[in-house]
Amino acid sequence: EDLRVDGRGCEDYRCAEVETDVVSNTSGSARVKLGHTDILVGVKAEMGTPKLEKPDEGYLEFFVDCSANATPEFEGRGGEELGTEIANTLYRVFSSESSVDLKSLCINPREHCWVLYVDVLLLECGGNLFDAISIAVKAALFNTRIPKVRVLEDEEGSKEIELSDDPYDCIRLNVNDVPCIVTLSKIGYRHVVDATLQEEACSLASLLISVTSKGALTSMKKVGKGSLDPESIFEMMETGKRVGKSLHIALQKILDEEESLGTSRQKVGFLG
Amino acid sequence: DSVLLLSSMNLPGGELRRRSAEDELAMRDYLQEGDLISAEVQSVFSDGAVSLHTRSLKYGKLGQGVLVQVSPSLVKRQKTHFHDLPCGASVILGNNGFIWIYPTPEQKDEEAGGFTTNLEPVPLSDREVISRLRNCIVALVTQKLMLFDTSILYCYEASLPHQIKDILKPEVMEEIVLETRQRLLDLEG
Repeated sequence: EDLRVDGRGCEDYRCAEVETDVVSNTSGSARVKLGHTDILVGVKAEMGTPKLEKPDEGYLEFFVDCSANATPEFEGRGGEELGTEIANTLYRVFSSESSVDLKSLCINPREHCWVLYVDVLLLECGGNLFDAISIAVKAALFNTRIPKVRVLEDEEGSKEIELSDDPYDCIRLNVNDVPCIVTLSKIGYRHVVDATLQEEACSLASLLISVTSKGALTSMKKVGKGSLDPESIFEMMETGKRVGKSLHIALQKILDEEESLGTSRQKVGFLG
Repeated sequence: DSVLLLSSMNLPGGELRRRSAEDELAMRDYLQEGDLISAEVQSVFSDGAVSLHTRSLKYGKLGQGVLVQVSPSLVKRQKTHFHDLPCGASVILGNNGFIWIYPTPEQKDEEAGGFTTNLEPVPLSDREVISRLRNCIVALVTQKLMLFDTSILYCYEASLPHQIKDILKPEVMEEIVLETRQRLLDLEG
């Protein structure tokens, strides 16, 4: 009947805090706190060579680090398995052509392009990692500022890349089509969004779907030992699309608000 | 580490007899690994191990309810830690910081001695009360207020105008706990 242990309905998210531009030496960063889950994402833009099969596009590289602070299981190399799983899921989610405009990351076809290294750091594990990570990645990409470069051609034909002198002269990424992951966990006969650690322990199977702000599904993944009925998968997909759309709207509102505050914004950061 | 001896437990049916070897073998029918029980500490050994007993009918296996884990220092030491709150739920405040919230059972005398679990679905109204109590306890713990029956009850009453899921929002939490603190001060003064 739509009442969970902490009073939320099946489709309610916990209280989330999103803050961007927390790490100063990155091109973009974001920190998301969803209940007890704490994620930090940093994006660094570096020059690289385009991939052979896509010579006129830049690309994204994901790396996930499960800090030992998150849970005792991550001590030493324990968190590597989870980290690679999350990184592979992120690659899959962003594999769709329309998510990020990769052509805008190209400087010189076949020679130079921008590579965005997205580093995800898990500070605390409190259930529902994938959703929090995707929100943080979207916020960090929104916050990313890539410096504008000009390509000068010499008389001999050698190309030189010139960085503009103005530090505020940069290109921003369009994150309107960046998808967000919604995790639906099946508990008993119903499914819930944003499961806490206790709810995750009770659920045998979950469906991870990535939804764009327009409600389009870009990828789907099933995790867990249990099985899912095909009908319940349809229901979960519909719920996921609905919840995903409202999540995007709320996130965009917060990002725009934060942006409008400009440099006068008080940064809470880590010690606040 | 703690030990709960067979001789320190109540047998189902409440009968008093010497525990036999069959009882030892049939123990698994009463309690299994993973069950939650309420017990009292009988004595503490010198190496830190604790000996438990469930000699009274009020102790035993716990049925359906919600567990909240808090810091043990926030649980006030009182004469009794089993409280039946007037809002419709009961709460057990463990000294180890484990708080158990469960719907108040209708019949007061349980012949089973605490071993049968009632697995019937809990009605929605009871579940709402329990969720609200759980969120109130989490709010009190975040604001570092001592947990005892009066503080939990006042916090519950202060939270009634809000929706259950809103209690976990930081602003609402502060407001409710401030009101609770004020009422407790008025009670003392």
